[in-house]
Amino acid sequence: MWDLHQVAEMPGGSTQLFVGLHLIHEVTSPQAFSALQDKGLSVRCPELTVATVDHIVPTINQQNRPFADPLAEEMLSTLEQNCAKYGIALHGLGSGSQGIVHVIAPELGLTQPGMTVACGDSHTSTHGAFGSIAFGIGTSQVRDVLASQSLAMNKLKVRRIWVDGQLSCGVYAKDLILHVIRSLGVKAGVGYAYEFAGPAIDALSMEERMTLCNMAIEGGARCGYVNPDGVTFDYLQGRLHAPVADAWQQAVAWWSSLVSDENALFDDEVHFDAASIAPTVTWGITPAQGIAVDETVPTLDSLSLSERPIAEEAYRYMDLEPGSAIEGLPVDVCFIGSCTNGRLSDLKAAAAIAKGRHVAKGIKAFVVPGSEKVARAAEAEGLDDLFRAAGYEWREPGCSMCLAMNPDRLDGRQISASSSNRNFKGRQGSSSGRTLLMSPAMVAAAAIAGQVTDVRTLLVKDCLPGKSQ
Amino acid sequence: MTEIAFFPQGVIDQVSGRALMLHGDDIDTDRIIPARFLKCVSFEALGNQVFEDDRLELGGSHPFDLPVYQGASILIVNGNFGCGSSREHAPQALMRWGIRALIGESFAEIFYGNCLALGIPCATGSADQIEALQESVAAEPSLSWSLNIQSQQFQSSIGSWDLQVDSGPREMLLSGRWDATSQLLEHDAALKSAMAALPYLNNFVASVP
Ligand code: SF4
Repeated sequence: MWDLHQVAEMPGGSTQLFVGLHLIHEVTSPQAFSALQDKGLSVRCPELTVATVDHIVPTINQQNRPFADPLAEEMLSTLEQNCAKYGIALHGLGSGSQGIVHVIAPELGLTQPGMTVACGDSHTSTHGAFGSIAFGIGTSQVRDVLASQSLAMNKLKVRRIWVDGQLSCGVYAKDLILHVIRSLGVKAGVGYAYEFAGPAIDALSMEERMTLCNMAIEGGARCGYVNPDGVTFDYLQGRLHAPVADAWQQAVAWWSSLVSDENALFDDEVHFDAASIAPTVTWGITPAQGIAVDETVPTLDSLSLSERPIAEEAYRYMDLEPGSAIEGLPVDVCFIGSCTNGRLSDLKAAAAIAKGRHVAKGIKAFVVPGSEKVARAAEAEGLDDLFRAAGYEWREPGCSMCLAMNPDRLDGRQISASSSNRNFKGRQGSSSGRTLLMSPAMVAAAAIAGQVTDVRTLLVKDCLPGKSQ
Repeated sequence: MTEIAFFPQGVIDQVSGRALMLHGDDIDTDRIIPARFLKCVSFEALGNQVFEDDRLELGGSHPFDLPVYQGASILIVNGNFGCGSSREHAPQALMRWGIRALIGESFAEIFYGNCLALGIPCATGSADQIEALQESVAAEPSLSWSLNIQSQQFQSSIGSWDLQVDSGPREMLLSGRWDATSQLLEHDAALKSAMAALPYLNNFVASVP
């Protein structure tokens, strides 16, 4: 697949790689467009470039323009001008197809197996769930891709992450990836692509596979990857940009031919057992600082020497005692959304917890669909009313409180239960704010209880023996 | 400092100027340029915002604020400098402050690549060498230094150090071929044939534009 996209050898030993799908958004594209203009260049393949707006948009009354924040307004209008000028399709606010870039490209059928996908955003690894080579790039590379539809790239090694068994009830793809990162660390993936395979992965839906690949980057791996299979093809069939009729048959034949061989050699391989994984929560300031919900915050002497300095920093920043339980820790804000967990199945899993219950007193809980399409589909199922009745706010699509570039932010030392992907210091908008990463169902449960709670205790009826989620 | 004309161009075989240093391993891109400054449509203001939070904390005694280091162009750091996010804002901020070369024990991969794409060499040396260099700079901030890319030597009137500049990047700097965009554009014919061979652009094109 790599070889098919190879254009030339570059000085310094890298490869010039053709980019089949270039996704852009308002944050990392403006400087790239201005650099293009400075160099007197144009966009090489506007038809292979797709834009949306997600990071800076408010999630309340988002179609009221200009935005209250003049910087946000400037970023969006710059994107609008650039798209108009170069003939790039923009999925703008209210278009019916706007949303977080990593949510909309798959749901529009733009992301397909065997493609190269690049975007000025590290969570581009998400698209590897389709069996594409997908990676995040810096702004100078966004400029390169705009100018030449290609970029200079070094070939990655591949680590296969083989997962046996099946996830138990109340345990989701988010828990699986938090567990993998917790086990391998945040740097282990540097120089690698993470290929997820095995019975547990085969059993995952496309949306779950996207959650998994989304966070490959949090383990240091620039790409996530899952072999395309029947689940992939079923997901794609009938989507707006998916091939139809004869072309569909040809596509499926080609996609099927790309599957990596069961016995292929990998640069490295690790094994996990899905059945042994519990709902997982981060307690610290890196995504690798995670524990099962029924475990306690690790003590210093249980950690390797290299992990200790960051653990000590995390105890201080999070204000957590080593050895204390994470279950029962009070939270202030509960956020369900992001490119990790803002898809319909995520909202449904959270809704199953919220149904017939109510958010605890004093807790701010809100649900932010990943795209306009997700929002409409959820509303068609009545999820908006269900959440509202349970005391959650129902918002408009965007990155929201995943990061601090729009009005949704933590305040002071507030602590959030969040279905997003990064718990770095200050990530959610307050320089002293604290983040606990977990699955959307776990966030919904935290909102109900007002504290970190094992979602399995709320799923007792659904988790009877023999019943899977 | 924000004059485009003074940014690196063409063949880069030598970087000369005064030096300054920052101590500590794992200085991440969030420290180099805090996330709130990413909300911008051009890189221009970044030169003033570089290390903003660290500088505020030190109230004027940060090396980037000390009068003796104003106008310095070579930054000496310790290990894993530039780790964290892929934001090009980090090297852009350093470049716009005036940095034209970095010397350190090691650099984060993406940061290193982003620097190279701007024509900023990152040379590496052993922990002992770096420490000695940092001491020399602190003792005599007014010294002039020069980093020779070909010989990989870093020298001043007080001595010379053998450093490393990886062979790939070295070749790119010396030939002036570090600017990826123009290289990529040179291969448009090869690009066209790659495109002509890709099934998804030809045999089963997407149904609707
Ligand atoms: S939801 Fe968060 S991680 Fe995803 S694209 Fe938006 S800001 Fe980035």
